[in-house]
Amino acid sequence: MPSLKDLRNRIASVKATQKITKAMQMVAAAKLRRAQEAAEAARPYSQRMAAVLANIASNVDGDDAPVLMSGTGKDDVHLLIVCTSERGLCGGFNSQIARLARDHTRRLLADGKTVKIITVGKKGADILRRDLGKLIIDHVNLREVKQVGFTNADEIGHKIIGLYNEGAFDVATLFYSEFKSVISQIPTAQQLIPASAIGDAEPETAGDAVYEYEPDPAAILGDLIPRNISVQVFRALLENAASEQGARMSAMDNATRNAGDMINKLTMSYNRQRQAQITKELIEIISGAEAL
Amino acid sequence: MAEAFQFELVSPERLLLSEQVIEVVVPGTEGYMTVLAHHAPLMATIKPGVVTVKTPDGKPDSYVVFGGFVDVTPDGCILLAESAVHVTDIKADELQNRIKDAKEDFEDATTREEKSRAEDLLGQLTTLQEAIKAA
Repeated sequence: MPSLKDLRNRIASVKATQKITKAMQMVAAAKLRRAQEAAEAARPYSQRMAAVLANIASNVDGDDAPVLMSGTGKDDVHLLIVCTSERGLCGGFNSQIARLARDHTRRLLADGKTVKIITVGKKGADILRRDLGKLIIDHVNLREVKQVGFTNADEIGHKIIGLYNEGAFDVATLFYSEFKSVISQIPTAQQLIPASAIGDAEPETAGDAVYEYEPDPAAILGDLIPRNISVQVFRALLENAASEQGARMSAMDNATRNAGDMINKLTMSYNRQRQAQITKELIEIISGAEAL
Repeated sequence: MAEAFQFELVSPERLLLSEQVIEVVVPGTEGYMTVLAHHAPLMATIKPGVVTVKTPDGKPDSYVVFGGFVDVTPDGCILLAESAVHVTDIKADELQNRIKDAKEDFEDATTREEKSRAEDLLGQLTTLQEAIKAA
């Protein structure tokens, strides 16, 4: 049975923990708002980019299309870009993304494909290193980055394209968590290369007007597609940032509530024990007086 | 009075400008060009340079952009810049850094194609720097 002093200490320590989780929740809420704003501000660009790409893709013949769009024609080597957070204490956020990537990897390996992994963010790298360590070829550190900028995404994009041009892989897939709401973030896999999906968007018909291109369409497309990859990575990083804060917010909310329950329970047994001690002392006094 | 049309300047981070303008000068890869209302549909890549817009009240305004592309449709003009800042907000050292990067790229370039691309970029950035200094 813990003594009264032990209980008092435990209550104090749980209270301190509760203060910390409460503060973290509030910080996450503030950061979430900022991350959401950033994600919203970036939306027009990717929307316009998709419209323009669809528009131009419909004007370029299949033969002229850059290899980034049409692919290498094989799918032997897969590159997985796994985006996670740099910090923990955000519930199942990182492990969910890692699990999706791991399942995907297992499936590909079972099919006899080669898999290479690039991790973005420390937490995912830590999880994946345990059983897929040999497959990780690179890691991108965003530890010092407070607010994800386009330059961060651009670096990753260039890295991917560089590898592609060296023929290091055939298919690239991006793993991140899509932000639905504070309580729901959905781990998502999105194929980056070959960029087949962009052809699906309805081209914005500019009447029947003939477009002028400067320089020629294939050259513009060759310039656009690498940029689009960076934009996709950027979008994923922003979604991830918002999801991370959302996940942390609800995790910390839970932790605060748990700490509250624990304090109640501990206070209850503290009071009980105090009462027991008082009763015991009273009995001692009474029986001492009777003995006289 | 010149006719106005919708112009949007978008960078990956945010929407910088979306308003009615009468004239936009964009730095196309193959030279500066002016877009007015009812311009023929056009799609062009742009080089680092200064975008000048003129609003219906005749006030010119300038933005510095670093690469991207411009899409002119019958309804308006959209400029998707890789990075864009208002001309008064540009920091001299940021431009310096970009020039330094371009120089390094130029020195590191191995193939002739890479080399000429890096040289082009370097040239464009230096011209831009001079243009900003003059302004």
